[in-house]
Parts: sequence; C-alpha cells; structure tokens
Amino acid sequence: MRFQLTDDQRALRDGVRQLLARRFGPEELRAAVAAPGALDRALWRELGEAGFFALRLPEADGGVGLGLPEAVLAFEEAGRVLLPGPLVATHLAAGTVAGAATGETVVTAVDGALVEWLAEADVVRGDAAGAVPMRSLDPLTPLHRLPGREKAGRWWEGARPSGPGEGVRPSGAGEAGGGTDPVAVLLTAAEQLGTAARVCELAVQHARAREQFGRPVGAFQAVQHLCADMLVRAETARAAVYAAAVTADPVDIAAARLLADEAAVRGTRDCLQVHGGMGFTWESEVHLHLKRAWTRSHRGGGVTESEELLAADLTAGTG
Amino acid sequence: MDLSYTPEEEDFRARLREWLAKVLPGLPPKPAPDDWPGRRAYDLGWQRMLYDAGYAGLHWPVDAGGRGASPTQHLIFLEETERAGAPYVGAGFVGLLHAGPTIAAEGTPGQRARWLPPILRGEEVWCQGFSEPEAGSDLASLRTRAWRDGDDYVVSGSKIWTSHAEVADWCELLVRTDPGAPKHRGITWLAMPMDAPGVTVRPLRTLAGPAEFAEVFLDEVRVPVAHRVGEENDGWRVTMVTLSFERGTAFVGEVVACRRLLGELARAARRNGHWDDPVLRRRLGRLNAEFRALWRLTQWNVSEAERGRGVPGVGGSVFKLRYSHARQELYDAAADVLGAAALDLDSPWVLDRLSSLSYTIAAGTSQIQRNIVAERILGLPKGR
Ligand SMILES: Cc1cc2nc3c(=O)[nH]c(=O)nc-3n(C[C@H](O)[C@H](O)[C@H](O)COP(=O)(O)OP(=O)(O)OC[C@H]3O[C@@H](n4cnc5c(N)ncnc54)[C@H](O)[C@@H]3O)c2cc1C
Repeated sequence: MRFQLTDDQRALRDGVRQLLARRFGPEELRAAVAAPGALDRALWRELGEAGFFALRLPEADGGVGLGLPEAVLAFEEAGRVLLPGPLVATHLAAGTVAGAATGETVVTAVDGALVEWLAEADVVRGDAAGAVPMRSLDPLTPLHRLPGREKAGRWWEGARPSGPGEGVRPSGAGEAGGGTDPVAVLLTAAEQLGTAARVCELAVQHARAREQFGRPVGAFQAVQHLCADMLVRAETARAAVYAAAVTADPVDIAAARLLADEAAVRGTRDCLQVHGGMGFTWESEVHLHLKRAWTRSHRGGGVTESEELLAADLTAGTG
Repeated sequence: MDLSYTPEEEDFRARLREWLAKVLPGLPPKPAPDDWPGRRAYDLGWQRMLYDAGYAGLHWPVDAGGRGASPTQHLIFLEETERAGAPYVGAGFVGLLHAGPTIAAEGTPGQRARWLPPILRGEEVWCQGFSEPEAGSDLASLRTRAWRDGDDYVVSGSKIWTSHAEVADWCELLVRTDPGAPKHRGITWLAMPMDAPGVTVRPLRTLAGPAEFAEVFLDEVRVPVAHRVGEENDGWRVTMVTLSFERGTAFVGEVVACRRLLGELARAARRNGHWDDPVLRRRLGRLNAEFRALWRLTQWNVSEAERGRGVPGVGGSVFKLRYSHARQELYDAAADVLGAAALDLDSPWVLDRLSSLSYTIAAGTSQIQRNIVAERILGLPKGR
C-alpha cells in the first residue's frame, strides 16, 4: 500500500495548476463574471489540447490513457480556480461524442432536473426537452431546469465497479436523463475538494494580512479555530476523494461526495466569515466559491441519495 | 496512489489471521470494567501472547527490540486484530504507544535495554504523569519540583488524571528542574518507579463510574539521575516527541472498531424498526462516510510515515480532532437507535458512550489541537 501521490501524479497536478494559472487567473475570472453565460471556446480547446478531456481515453483512441486518480487531480485544480463550463460532462463524453476529447465540442448533460450551460453546448446528453432558463445562483454556471423531473433515478443503481482503478460503467447516465454516472459524482467531489483547499488558503492569507486591535486577526483564536476546522475538513475529504478514485467503488464515491460537499460548503462559509464585511462584497472571490459549491452539491442526485446509499451499505454487511 | 497490498503484506495478513483464529477462542473471559488488577493481568497476558508469537512491538525499530515492521504491516495488524475481536492494548497503552517509542527514540542504550523488553513481554505497565491540577492544557506551566541530591533527583508535587496509575509500574514523569528558567526550558523527563517511597495514588471516580484515572502525590520521591531520558532541562523537547506519538498513532486501531460498531448499530436499527426513519438512516449513512474517510486518512498518514519513518509529525492533530468528534457522534446516534436501552448503565454501549466524552479532552483538548493546526500547520501568527 502506498497511498500517496506518485511523482508522475504530482507532475500532472503541477502542470494543470500552471496551465490554469496562466489561462484562467484572477483577471480571467473577473472577466468571466462580467460576461456571464459566455464560454471561452479558445480556453476549451486549450484544455482539450492539454488532454484535460481525453485524460482517461485509451492512447489507442487518441487519449492520454490515464486513470481516475489523475482525472481527480485535474478536476481538483479546476475546482480551485472556479474554471467555468460543463467540464465533467465533456470529459465523460470524450471518446463517445466527436470533438469532445479535443475540446472542439462542448458537451453538457441533463442531471436530474437541471442542465448546466445548455445554451452554449453543442451536444446535450439526455433529454432536455422542455428546459426553461433560470436565473442561476452561480454567475459562472448558467442553468436550465426541467419542470417535473425533480424525482430523478438513483445514480448508483446499475453501477458496477469493473475492478480497482478501472472506473465505473455509467448507469445509463445522462442518456435517459435519469441517473448520473458515479464518475461524474466523483469528479464533482474533486472540484469541491479544490474549492475546500482553496478557500482555506484564502482565509489564511487574509487572516495573516488583515489587522485589528493592533495585530493580525489570525492571531485571534476564534479565527484560528475557523481556519483549523477548514483544513481538517479539507484533508479528510482529500483522503476520501483520492481513495474513491483508486477503488472506483460506488460506496467510496458516495462517501467522498459527502465529505467533499461538506468541506467545500462549510469551508467557504467559514472563509466568508474570516473575511468579515469584505467577504460579503461582490468584489471578493469568496461568494463565487460558495455559489459554485452550492451548485455542485445539487449534482448527482444530491446529498440525500448518497446518504441513503451509504446507509444501505451498512446493512449489506460490508460497512 | 495505490491501496493494494504487496504479496508480502498479504502473506503477513494471512498468517496473522490464522494465528488469531487459533488463539482467540482459548482466551480467558474479559474482566469486569472496574476490576483494575484483573484488567492489568488480562492485558499483559495478551501482550505476552503477542510477544511469544512475534507480534510484539511490531512497529518499533529492531534495535529497540521491535520487529521493524513497516507502518503498513502495523496497520494490517491493527485492522486484523480488531476485526477478529482480539483484546485492545488496554493497560499497555502508554508503554507500547508512547513511553516506549519515546525511550526508543531518545533513550540511552542502557535505558532501552532496561525498559523496552518488559514492555514488549507484557511484564510492566507504564502511566503518564504529565498533567497537574494547575497545569493541563498549559502543560509547560507544571510545578512538580525535582532537585539533585547526589545520584538522585528528589521529586515533590502532584499529578492528576493519571490513567492506569493504580496498576502501573513506571511513570513517564515531567518535573521542573530549573524554576528560574523560562517555563519551557526548565523541564525534565524522568522514568519514575511507582513503588518508590513517597508515591501515593488516589483513584478518582470518573463520570463513567469505575475509576479510570488517579491523582498521584509525590513526597520527596527519589528517582535516580540515570532514569532521566534526554538532558536535564531539555524535557520539553522530549515531551513533544511523546505527544507526537500519542496523537500520531495511538488512535489508529479504534477507527476499525468504530466501523464495526456502526455496522452493528445499523443491524440493531433494522431489528427494532428505527431503520424506517429516514432521518436516522441517513445519519448512519453519513457516519459511514465519516468513518470510511477516517480510515482513508489513516491509510494516507501511514503511507506518509512510511516515507519519513521515525517520529510522526503534527498531522496527527488533524486526525485526532476529526476522530474524537466523530466517535462522540457515533455514540449519540447509537443512543437514538437503542431508545430506552440508552439509559441502561449495564449496556456496554452506554459505558462506551460515556467514555467517548473524554476523547475531545484527553491527549490535548480539541481547542488545543486547533491551536496546533492553526499555528504549526497553517502558520497563522501565534495567538494569546
Ligand atoms: C480520560 C482522561 C484520561 C487522561 N489521562 C491522562 C494521563 O494518563 N496522563 C496525563 O498526564 N494526563 C491525562 N489526562 C489529562 C488531559 O491531558 C487533560 O485533561 C487535558 O490536557 C486538558 O487539561 P485540563 O483538564 O487541565 O483542562 P484545562 O486546560 O483547564 O481546560 C479547560 C478548558 O479550557 C480550554 N482551554 C485551555 N487552554 C486553552 C487555550 N489556550 N485555548 C483555548 N482553549 C483553552 C480547554 O480546551 C478546555 O475546554 C487525561 C484526561 C482525561 C479526560
């Protein structure tokens, strides 16, 4: 057992981080917020060239031939910088939908009663008939809703891990608009992890710099403890997300999603608290993280269904 | 990232399983929770069996009498012994999990030879004399005094919350050897025999009922200078080594136990109908996620330790913080599943629920762990 990143995995993570820092830094983030609903196609193609979408596609099919752990690392980085767009759906479509792997085609998928980026997508997986646009909570994630589809199927039904590290077969994901591919749930959890880690860093930076009562607010224990809890939640989620990427087991994935959702949502709230009034402004980046974390927590059937899967696992005798 | 085990590790697991299946049925019955001498004998007996079978001090270095096993093998050991329902370290906790490792890391060859083999063979029990009535979280403010008299230190003062003190042979004792020095500098780490003249142990009743810890009064107790581990007045550094072992590795085996308990709880809920309550069911589902994640975090930390070896880092505080609260939530959920039985003091669940209340206090409170995470991991300015 060697449950640590390999050198190659570290290099991959650093490479993605550098690419995103160069192509989607704070300025690009601002610009994207200022022009909501528009997807940067050039960036999408660059991501495609860098192998972001084709990461798990076999080399024989023109892909990079890596596995879920590597995909999780890449999506964690995307989550850190709030990279917009239907990343998960396009990644899952690589090899199936022409042009998805290279980033030529933008693919989105119906997820329960919601579709992200419907207007910008070239291909929609699932039945989006009757979708009505809504004013999205997250300025960086345009949303449509499908009236009458609130009760979606359970994403894990029919999900079978095909062996350690090999990924999970979609449960008719997106196709019928019913359940969601467990891999989509895991990659979303990886994005949440990125947010959880990032907002912890932002809080610590602010706590070091901002002074009140003649000292950095980070010297106050009440603030220190908020930050410490953020780190503990992020690190616990990290272990769960990485392990689920290695085992590809639906129960592990459900656990990872619960921990990662918690780490992202509560972490962002705490980050906002540490920022004080500044945190409540539109200018601060914190609200964007919170809104994205909330949006992601609706993907893949929501938290309740993961809880039910984990409960069922307990009485299956393997818990 | 790799969660699979090597053939050697699988082989180790298989042999251990076989051995456990052979010896566990022949164990004597467990003593009552408040029968401390009985518990000492039982725990030491188990340690002796481990020793004879070659499983004692698995994770200790070979030159300390251990087996030099990899952290992964130690993890497999904890996993398999818990799964098989084998006894837990119990009275051996301090000796095996932090006093022993501290002596292995900081002691002289003579000290290792004197103290380590009896710990491994299940002959001697250690306790931890760190806390004092006026010095708990602020451990470095301790006042128990020691002054030199020839080849001895003469120690006077008192310790409190000393677990297993009634049945211990040795105490890892912190004393102040230089009252004039800044508080972290004048401390020394001593190994004190509990039967020395001047040592008085007064058991304290805990909220769980049976005595579990004690007050220890020290009245001019003579401790040979040769029993000092580390230099005089350098005891704070040695203490940090002890605490890192205590927080870093000591709770690992319990996560496996919690996962088993959670399964039992779910089955109990199925039997008594509480399973139909979706709120309770999902709460148990969430706890399943929690303990799975804690197990993964354990595997992560163990893999990290495998690279570094030696003394664990401050990362143990992250685990301890999360685990101690999760354990309490598990027992709170258990109370909801058990219904009226949650008030039955004869139920083992209830006793365990009560003792889980100490987890966020003992070995450094959650508040202190958060200070450590904030200042030493996140690098926030030192608080006041
Ligand atoms: C079951 C059990 C077994 C134990 N066994 C042993 C043992 O074998 N040997 C041994 O030496 N000790 C032992 N202890 C003692 C344990 O280490 C101390 O109880 C613990 O460190 C807390 O110290 P205290 O009890 O003096 O509480 P205090 O330090 O008085 O704390 C009281 C409260 O104030 C908070 N607080 C204190 N300082 C700060 C701060 N700087 N910032 C924020 N909050 C703060 C604490 O978190 C706590 O909530 C045991 C304790 C228990 C409960």
